[in-house]
Amino acid sequence: MSALLSVQGVTKRFRGLLAVDNVSLEVAEGEIFAVIGPNGAGKTTLFNMVAGVYQPDQGQIEFAGQRLDGKTPDQVCRAGVGRTFQIVRPFPALSVEDNVIVGALLRHHGLRDARESSYGILNRFDLYDRRHRLASELTLPDRKRLEVARAIATEPKLLLLDEVMAGLRPTETDRMVAALQRLNQEHRVTVLLIEHVMRAVMALASRVMVLHHGAAIAEGRPDEVVRDPAVVQSYLGAEAVG
Amino acid sequence: MIGQLFEGVPARALVLGGLLLGVLVAAPFLVNDYLLTVLIIILYYAYTGQAWNIMMGFAGQLSLGHALYVGLGAYTTAALYVHFGVSPWIGILAAIPIAIIGGAIIGFLAFRFRVGGVYFAILTIAFAEFARVGFDHFSWVGGSSGFFLPVANYSVSDLWNLRGKPMMFYYLILTMTVGAFVICRLLLTGRIGYFWLAIREDEEAARAIGIDTFRYKMFAVILSAGMTSLAGVFFAFFYNNLFPEQVFHISRSIELILAPIIGGIGTLFGPVLGAFLLTGLSESMHAILYKFGVDIPGVKQVFYGLCLLFVVIVLPHGVWPWVARVLGIRERRS
Amino acid sequence: MPAEIYLNVAISGILTGLVYGLMALGLSVIFGVIRIVNFAHGEMMTIGMYIAIVIFSAFKLDPLVMMVPIAAVLFVFGYALQASLINPFINRPEHSQFMLLVAIALIMVNVLLIIFGPDAKNVQTSYAFDSFLVGSLIVDATKVYAGGAAVLVSAILFAFFRFTYIGQAIRACADNYVGALVVGLDVKRLYALTFGIGAACVGAAGAMLVLIIDVTPALGPAYTLLAFIIVITGGLGSMPGALLGGILIGFTEAMAGLLFTPSAKSMFAFALLVLVLLFRPQGIMGKRTT
Repeated sequence: MSALLSVQGVTKRFRGLLAVDNVSLEVAEGEIFAVIGPNGAGKTTLFNMVAGVYQPDQGQIEFAGQRLDGKTPDQVCRAGVGRTFQIVRPFPALSVEDNVIVGALLRHHGLRDARESSYGILNRFDLYDRRHRLASELTLPDRKRLEVARAIATEPKLLLLDEVMAGLRPTETDRMVAALQRLNQEHRVTVLLIEHVMRAVMALASRVMVLHHGAAIAEGRPDEVVRDPAVVQSYLGAEAVG
Repeated sequence: MIGQLFEGVPARALVLGGLLLGVLVAAPFLVNDYLLTVLIIILYYAYTGQAWNIMMGFAGQLSLGHALYVGLGAYTTAALYVHFGVSPWIGILAAIPIAIIGGAIIGFLAFRFRVGGVYFAILTIAFAEFARVGFDHFSWVGGSSGFFLPVANYSVSDLWNLRGKPMMFYYLILTMTVGAFVICRLLLTGRIGYFWLAIREDEEAARAIGIDTFRYKMFAVILSAGMTSLAGVFFAFFYNNLFPEQVFHISRSIELILAPIIGGIGTLFGPVLGAFLLTGLSESMHAILYKFGVDIPGVKQVFYGLCLLFVVIVLPHGVWPWVARVLGIRERRS
Repeated sequence: MPAEIYLNVAISGILTGLVYGLMALGLSVIFGVIRIVNFAHGEMMTIGMYIAIVIFSAFKLDPLVMMVPIAAVLFVFGYALQASLINPFINRPEHSQFMLLVAIALIMVNVLLIIFGPDAKNVQTSYAFDSFLVGSLIVDATKVYAGGAAVLVSAILFAFFRFTYIGQAIRACADNYVGALVVGLDVKRLYALTFGIGAACVGAAGAMLVLIIDVTPALGPAYTLLAFIIVITGGLGSMPGALLGGILIGFTEAMAGLLFTPSAKSMFAFALLVLVLLFRPQGIMGKRTT
């Protein structure tokens, strides 16, 4: 099966700093692919290139057979790639329901349609009963789920999650993992995620890539990668592997 | 569409709104000429406030040069009327596109080239100033000496050429204001309204969910510019004289934005309330001072400045949200 | 037209531009450090100009001599303004900050209008009609003195930020607000100081400018806009850029007044603004910020 997302040799420099160094990866349809690595390894920059925020200096990105690099962020979303932000950005003055409706309006032009679709999504993410609250009033875990819900409302084929587990307690992490698994299995959403919380990575990812100083130093199944000595040395530490 | 207009509006708001409208419709028969003129000014500011509110309150772009569109609308229709005898109703077919082109240029410069926030505001000021100086040298429309419309016999109400008694102008501006209100309500409760709010709240996040922010910001700018130009048409035919120094001056731009800011940016009723408060208070103050023989230019503006200061510091969301709370009306979305 | 006329006008423009540059320097300092858009900048300068006029008509004291007290008065005024009204607005949304300063500007202009009336006023010093002859060039004495004073004050300002402890502390705030807090700098007080310094700059510039042009209350908004155009052209946050921008604008204005009509000279400043925003939004010497 050909890859849904194909990143080919992308490089990104910021005025002398090499943020991403010739990284290639392929995400198959229906997969959950994780990108891990120490801070500053270039993970978010890589993400931002897929999402259209930055243009790669070299290399190209293909999604569902189309070139993705060169598109603006809104074009990328319309092409079928949703994303969340590392520091959550819901629309604070809008209600929970309206946040999702804005997303749904991309695919449902009528307000009534969009609202119905949003209710379904809110239910899936356990936010339905809070739908009239303002987004700014929510707790962090709720806001994180809201941001994912909003991205899902745009009906993406590929979802980019940027450290969506950050700041969540273990029970909340498990809840989010379960929601993402449902998303992946029942609704066939392919997921590419950046994550530090190894618990979530091990539970979710079918394949993992490790970035260090902008370059890929390992790639493979989670249990393999986690034992790779280079990875242990640069990121995980011997204790994390046990 | 009628349903969309009234959906989600609490009964109390409908009743109060209806009462207000009723009073306004009956006003010419209830008040004297002076008060009628004051009401015309109030409605004028309510209308321009609504138009400005679309750019600022909905799309989040601060324009401090809105007088540009007033002036373009005013001069275009006035010139066509004076030089070619063209009725202003036909004239607006030229005035609106001209204002829209002005807005589109500013919007394009600003949005394509990522000029935001303060830069955008400065750009709008610069364009208005450019027009002010430019029209000062534009002799076909009178230049700095002014452009004058022939003042006809006031006993005849000629709606086609907008010549007539204050009462005719009153109903005209009342219709325009109600129309603006309805248009804003329809837009806000529709798809475009949601996108605008998203853009205003967080433009980058809006883009991440597929909203073409450039297109919707441009639409807000163009709509705002076009609507404001109609205010210019009213201005030209009501006051019958135009001076670039007055029409395009930054003071006009600032006066324009006082009502919506004081009333409440981004709200539907804010500009209307702001206009009533501001003009009502300033006229009362002026009348009181006049009784004491005080008639100094600048006092009114200091008063405006103090009002603005008060609102910005104490009620940053404007007076309307507070009033709405007191009246028990909850506007569903801010 | 003979070349001398162009040269005369150009030099005249550059000298005036130095004063503009000092005015813009104040704005650049304020924006560079506090990140607040001072819409009342030109109005503050107008206040300085009126103070100079009052002192001159009462005591016949040369504005350039009175520059220091005028700057001091504006310093106190600016400090108080920042400390009382503006500091609480630091973390408010941008348009709130604009509106605060628009309101302050509106009040300032009209208070001046109430006190002094709309008629133009000016200062006629004893050397008002003198000029220097350099070869075949004729340069107004007032402009030379004003320009020279502007250079002097700018140099003092640069030295202040480079060599004094407070100056460096202020630059630290500009570079890294949180970092400055963390090392124990009293940022609010430094902000007030900075605004005071910016106001002092603009007051000094006013004392100089009053020798060159006539004052009306309406000058305030016009010079606010000019200050912004200069700062944007020269580069927001760059002090040398502000001076450079001032010279450029002074020069452009003078040449445009000569080549076209004098009243259209501001149009060229606007055209320059649009060009800069289109092609080099960070200004001539600005650093590109995200």
